[in-house]
Amino acid sequence: MVPDWSEKRRHIMSQGQTATAGPATDSARHAGTARVKRGMAEMLKGGVIMDVVTAEQARIAEDAGAVAVMALERVPADIRAQGGVARMSDPDMISEIIEAVSIPVMAKARIGHFVEAQVLQALGVDYVDESEVLTPADPHHHIDKWSFTVPFVCGATNLGEALRRLAEGAAMIRSKGEAGTGEVSNAVVHMRTIRAEIGRLSALPAEELYAAAKELRAPVELVTEVARLGRLPVVLFTAGGIATPADAALMMQLGADGVFVGSGIFKSGDPARRARAIVEATTMFNDPDVLVKVSRGLGEAMVGINVAELPSAARYADRGW
Amino acid sequence: MSGPRIGILALQGDVREHARALSDVGARPVEVRRATELAAVDGLVLPGGESTTIGRLLQVFELLEPLRAAVVAGLPVFGSCAGMILLARDVVDGRPDQPLIGGLDMVVRRNAFGRQVDSFEVDLDVDGVEGPPVHAVFIRAPWVEKAGDAVEVLARVAEAPVAVRQGSLLATAFHPELTGDSRMHRLFVDIARSSGSGR
Repeated sequence: MVPDWSEKRRHIMSQGQTATAGPATDSARHAGTARVKRGMAEMLKGGVIMDVVTAEQARIAEDAGAVAVMALERVPADIRAQGGVARMSDPDMISEIIEAVSIPVMAKARIGHFVEAQVLQALGVDYVDESEVLTPADPHHHIDKWSFTVPFVCGATNLGEALRRLAEGAAMIRSKGEAGTGEVSNAVVHMRTIRAEIGRLSALPAEELYAAAKELRAPVELVTEVARLGRLPVVLFTAGGIATPADAALMMQLGADGVFVGSGIFKSGDPARRARAIVEATTMFNDPDVLVKVSRGLGEAMVGINVAELPSAARYADRGW
Repeated sequence: MSGPRIGILALQGDVREHARALSDVGARPVEVRRATELAAVDGLVLPGGESTTIGRLLQVFELLEPLRAAVVAGLPVFGSCAGMILLARDVVDGRPDQPLIGGLDMVVRRNAFGRQVDSFEVDLDVDGVEGPPVHAVFIRAPWVEKAGDAVEVLARVAEAPVAVRQGSLLATAFHPELTGDSRMHRLFVDIARSSGSGR
């Protein structure tokens, strides 16, 4: 019998991680457990997480009904346009955003840059995105996410990649898509790929899961769990190229649990209105009447880049291993 | 006998987990997104999620007033975390303009235990729930800051009430839907059953 991976990890995580916060009488409190980390992502389901670069944008996002904001120094479209090394944001800017809103605040760390993640955790960020949008710090290793109290979300283009991130301790997965393009095709491909690969696993006889794990380059315990559940054991959001309410509804109909919007909102003509429209489209993703209504009069969408025209060095989805 | 139809407000949040817990105790969960769907349920669950987001969507999709009316008319409602905030009379440390349904005579403090790094699990004795302690998961959770005499406190963490009941309204600052222990849901479905026979 294959042991249950998440239970095993939960057990490991509950050892010696008693929270120091709170009165001494609550010595039985456990913080930073897998259940608390994954549970946080469950609460974001059906919602929209918006990239913001200032406290003012964060307030606009919260007013529009965002479930969380992602604090970063430049939105992906500007990182693309301006080039250079993209790093974790300025702590002052992140603190201002934390002060400005009551909803959760996420922030990005470079792939493999565990010290950026330590800084973000100490700042009180609610979720760390180990993100391919920033310039990777380690060409071989991602962050050991089990060693943190703060939960992590990571990008994936396929099931094997998603499971390797879970094995490292990610508590939430998002499709990578192709950030900063305003073109949704890669997000569609990644979501369809992950769902199709899960479907194939679920149809396999148990004895074939070992070879499947080898092909996916992922732990057999996780592969077995996914086959049994018929889905990832964590929340699966979509990201990378969502620019319109219809894009958001498309990704929800394809099985996403929720939506990250990066450049799509604050690079558009009327950010507040577009933000509200994308939130409403994500909630009522199956109701064409609502989608018609919210799609009207939004003004200019962000200027798009066709992913097919991007040279391979400019494709963020290829970053991560 | 088939179980009561329990709606789950499905605008945003952990709807699926509540649906499973309700099924486990013999209720028939249905998702509610429209005021018209509200009329057909024997009780309603307000799930965990972001209370500011759900509040705004309640206004946009014209559910806020129908929900307030349903609560006044005696519809049994169970709110967890964000759902507890929505059932409060007032909220501190939230946004002053955030829409609430109300019904429970209490003031809650949002994110009272701190940010996500302070989120925790703990075993908790809950009045009205028999057997071993309830394993409670608190995620950026609120607590009850002030409660009127009509509000019965069912559980506390560090003095602060984290599970309350007033008539057919039930609220927890924690997430019983995340643990596989469906005793809080059983308590709520029992409330909905007994209130249904009298309504």
